Amino acid sequence: MSTPFQIVVCGSFVPDPLQTLEPVTGPAGPSLKNEMMLPAVLDPWAGHALFEAANLARNIPGSKVWLVSLGAKAKLQQVMMTVAQKAPFELVALDGPASGFGDSFETAAALAAAIEGIAGLDRAKLLLFGGWESASRGAGSTMQMVAERLGITEQFQGVDQIAIRDDGSFEVLERVEGGRHQVSVCAAPPALLGWATGNLPEPRNNPQVGMANMRTVMPALQRAKAAAVNNSGLAFASVTLPKQQRQTRIVKDVAAAEIAREIVAWMGEE
Amino acid sequence: MENILLLAHTEADGSLGKAALEALTTALSLGGALTVGLVGATTDAAAGQIASCGAARFLAVTGDAFGEPRYATDGAAAEALCRAVDCQIVIAAGTSRWARALPGVAYRLGGRVDTHATNLALAGGAPAVTRWFYRQRMEAVLSRTQRPWVVLLDPGCVAPWSGAAGTATVEAVSAAPPATRTTVTGYRAPKADEQTIRPDAKMLLVAGAGWTKKQGDGAVHAAEAEQLILGFLRKAQASLGSSKSLVDQSGEGEAVLSCLTHMNQIGQTGSTPRHAKGLSTCCHGEEPHVVGWRFVNQRRAINLDAGCGWARGKADVLYVADAFEVMRHVNAMLESVV
Repeated sequence: MSTPFQIVVCGSFVPDPLQTLEPVTGPAGPSLKNEMMLPAVLDPWAGHALFEAANLARNIPGSKVWLVSLGAKAKLQQVMMTVAQKAPFELVALDGPASGFGDSFETAAALAAAIEGIAGLDRAKLLLFGGWESASRGAGSTMQMVAERLGITEQFQGVDQIAIRDDGSFEVLERVEGGRHQVSVCAAPPALLGWATGNLPEPRNNPQVGMANMRTVMPALQRAKAAAVNNSGLAFASVTLPKQQRQTRIVKDVAAAEIAREIVAWMGEE
Repeated sequence: MENILLLAHTEADGSLGKAALEALTTALSLGGALTVGLVGATTDAAAGQIASCGAARFLAVTGDAFGEPRYATDGAAAEALCRAVDCQIVIAAGTSRWARALPGVAYRLGGRVDTHATNLALAGGAPAVTRWFYRQRMEAVLSRTQRPWVVLLDPGCVAPWSGAAGTATVEAVSAAPPATRTTVTGYRAPKADEQTIRPDAKMLLVAGAGWTKKQGDGAVHAAEAEQLILGFLRKAQASLGSSKSLVDQSGEGEAVLSCLTHMNQIGQTGSTPRHAKGLSTCCHGEEPHVVGWRFVNQRRAINLDAGCGWARGKADVLYVADAFEVMRHVNAMLESVV
């Protein structure tokens, strides 16, 4: 049986995907219109990372999961009410911006500092999890820089699967070009895994897990340290919504064979 | 213009891939002195492939250890190349290999990194990156003062460089392979006749959740849906995308299409593939799906709802019809063409 892991998941919230987003520019740079009013959810890829971490911890006794989250404290509390029911974890909260326009370099610095501050964390057993990118910034660079700051040079991105072996090594499947997976074996932690979607469905809400988590979530939120992301040296010349509107031609009351003929002809056009 | 370093890794056959050649196009368009930094088990063929591109220097980190995509070795190679030259702008293709390794390299160099750039051009004499935020829902142009500035360019945004092959003088850069606990053991790919993801395909077929819902006769026809979809993919050599709701159904105990995995997922939490044409079938009106459409040029949709918000204003043509029926005819016609 493998030795227990200490799994730290980095992940914050993003606006609910069903919300219409509009950029606004203020003295501090771009942000979303009514950002604090928008309903938020746990970032989808970070969510996959959390669910995979919880699954791993459940299967390897003695393992533990932390969730390190950077975001406005009030919003974090709101999102945690749901997330806490999904999987057991201990929250490490950072009070700061979760904006997509925040710089990944500074975000990584804040997250790495928070991880370094986790009492009793055994770096030799550390698996650092996160999304391979976020649904806000989509940088795909934050986790690599967090890991570098922690001295972790075994890194995997676009991960869909981890399989632990009896000797403590683990096989990792990473997404690569052409719908394929690259297969690697890492002999031992520490390692970074930036998750794509994985293979696990979202867990059902479990009120008992939620109640257990909330005993640590509320104190964690109360002692959340302020984390600045100043975007130093970064300037946005413009932030615009794409021109989405097309003049859609509606074809109805036409026989399926005729529609098929038109589609096949269109496919053949250059 | 500042000095530019183009980082390019070789493919399994030792050549440079299309994405690397696209990054070269962008690097040349900026007008600065260009150095090409190559990484691979062997790099002579790659250097020869772009010998006539006009680069001032060709550098290479070469060796068996650098032939495999792996963070530790790729990072060490890229770092050595960056330190060997005085280049303020570092450009690379946004391949899975560079996307994994270069952010960490930027940190080691004290620089910054931007990924998923769709354009890198001069604005007022300084380089500016165009990229999307919030999953392709808004587009920004940004610049940075920190150097080196590492920019990963999304594939498919510019034409790949083409020119005569030749012989380039390649300067070897020494990089000791770092100790690593990671061994690349191979690749897993779907069987050839089951391939549903073809990044270079002209056509993207998008399958929505409607394929697994009850049809006019009150029954679900998932098996036929799968047959129609796979039949179309084979005949048209198309790529398959899907909505999150459809691939998620496997975890929710509903009827599923076995040909679909999360790898096919496009949109808010999936990929945003680039294809010349897209045909969507049985999708419904949600903004998250629309982002999967962003880089598809010509778009048509088959849907039973003439008022579908997913298609109206986003597709060029909306066919209000039963996708099962239409695709049966389409497949039959493609069969006769083939």
